[in-house]
Amino acid sequence: MAAMIEVENLRKTYDGGFEALKGVSLSIEEGEILALLGPNGAGKTTLISTICGITEPTSGTIRVGGFDAATNPKAARRQIGIVPQEVNIDMYAKVWDSLAFTRGLWGKPRDDAHIEKVLRQLSLWDKKDGNVMSLSGGMKRRVLIGKALSHEPNVLFLDEPTAGVDVELRKGMWEVVEELRQAGTTIILTTHYLEEAEAMADRIAVITGGEIRLVERKDTLMRRMGHKTLTIELAESIGTLPPVLAEKGVVMEGPQTLSYSYDSASGNTGITRLLTAIRDEGLKLADLSTKQSSLEEIFVGLVHEDDKEKEAAE
Amino acid sequence: MNGHAVATIYKREMQRFRRTIVQSLVAPVISTSLYFVVFGAAIGSRIDQVEGVSYGAYIVPGLIMLTVMMQGTTNSAIAIYFPKYMGAIYEMLAAPVNFFEVTLGLVGAAMTKALIIGTIILGTSFFFVEISILHPFAMVGFLLLTCLSFALLGFIIGIWANSFEQLNLVPQLILTPLIFLGGSFYSASMLPPFWQGLIHLNPVFYLISGFRWSFFGQSDVAVGTSLFAIAIFTAVCLGVIAWIFRTGWRLRA
Repeated sequence: MAAMIEVENLRKTYDGGFEALKGVSLSIEEGEILALLGPNGAGKTTLISTICGITEPTSGTIRVGGFDAATNPKAARRQIGIVPQEVNIDMYAKVWDSLAFTRGLWGKPRDDAHIEKVLRQLSLWDKKDGNVMSLSGGMKRRVLIGKALSHEPNVLFLDEPTAGVDVELRKGMWEVVEELRQAGTTIILTTHYLEEAEAMADRIAVITGGEIRLVERKDTLMRRMGHKTLTIELAESIGTLPPVLAEKGVVMEGPQTLSYSYDSASGNTGITRLLTAIRDEGLKLADLSTKQSSLEEIFVGLVHEDDKEKEAAE
Repeated sequence: MNGHAVATIYKREMQRFRRTIVQSLVAPVISTSLYFVVFGAAIGSRIDQVEGVSYGAYIVPGLIMLTVMMQGTTNSAIAIYFPKYMGAIYEMLAAPVNFFEVTLGLVGAAMTKALIIGTIILGTSFFFVEISILHPFAMVGFLLLTCLSFALLGFIIGIWANSFEQLNLVPQLILTPLIFLGGSFYSASMLPPFWQGLIHLNPVFYLISGFRWSFFGQSDVAVGTSLFAIAIFTAVCLGVIAWIFRTGWRLRA
């Protein structure tokens, strides 16, 4: 497949001296969904803004659909639809006019049928004559997506599409993205929710401190990230850990607390056998809980792992 | 040339104009009518004629200029400041449009609005005084150039402003004094010598003088000088805008 977006050694230093991007290289294939995963301030928005032409890069090259963004900005930008993180929109405009405006701005001739299709797809059709101001937060966000889709982009950038959106709307957003993927649109989305990256992306790029730490197919990454801890609270104190449990890798955290680490992505977690063994030992359970490492822990783990791999390779 | 984009930007601005038609049109007409009553009738009854023209008629070109300059500047300033304030400017920065196209759309619309208002005020003035226009083509030309140059100035102000206070600062602090000290309501010869000298440093003075010439065939300075002054003013504004878009000043991080 052809690369839809190619970014090479992209650097951005803001006027204040802050280095937001430290030589990012990334290639995104046509039709794929890439999630840019990273904590706040990692450089996700800067990367997107720079590719879209809202922020000037300090150095590096950007190609969109084969067009160089520096030498042929119009051709590059024509490919791109952008959905910003903030609800940055003319509140006094009507929903329909807002979409039609964006389409015109991208130089596309008027096409009412297309605008209607987009509005229906985003469940905004019955609001088309309403002012943006009168809409709920989730709807305003969908108007932003509608604006980006109004000019039929080949690549869609979604900057934190579900930040501050309730669970139901978030699921709705995922469905919209899935539909777009099926229509062949290349999508780049930023998120700091692992769950979201997992639900939507084909590939996940982890970015921290202005650098891409790794880019991996989602399945591979989820396997690497799949470690969970099961904490078992016992009803009564025990003096020593029964050897049968120790053999299975259980660790005693306290007189009434046991913990067990497992890989949630593997087919065989060993939890059933563990619980059977606990019952056989005659121990009574008070409570069970599982915990997944936080994204920050995973980042640290991944970066660490990566460094070790690099060292090993050298 | 992204013609669709230029038309889209222009149409959107004109739509905004229609949405606020009452403020946009009625307000300037009322304030101009008040000027006619106060300056034309009350003061004019004591100043018989200026340079052979009745005072009521003499102030018409100045009044039109006053309104057109103010409207051109504020409309254009708001047109670019508003999306900046709302954050909606991201679209214009990411869209396949260049600085020339954005300026053409926004400034073109601001110019049109100023022109419409100027024409309405000219129409209104016929109700109050008797006027004839000696050089109608020159009059239209001066009006267009004034609309253009002040819309460009407003565009710069809108990009420069970081708050509504700043947005109001320039029209109130600079434009109003320049326009009042630009001979809108009087001939430069009526001023004391010190002010007569000072007024020649005011670019607005040349515009009003030229515009008045197109009505009455006489002016404080030669028409050529007026044209030259307005050309320089327009060129400076265009230069500043080109620089802003090239560097992304106050627009692009």
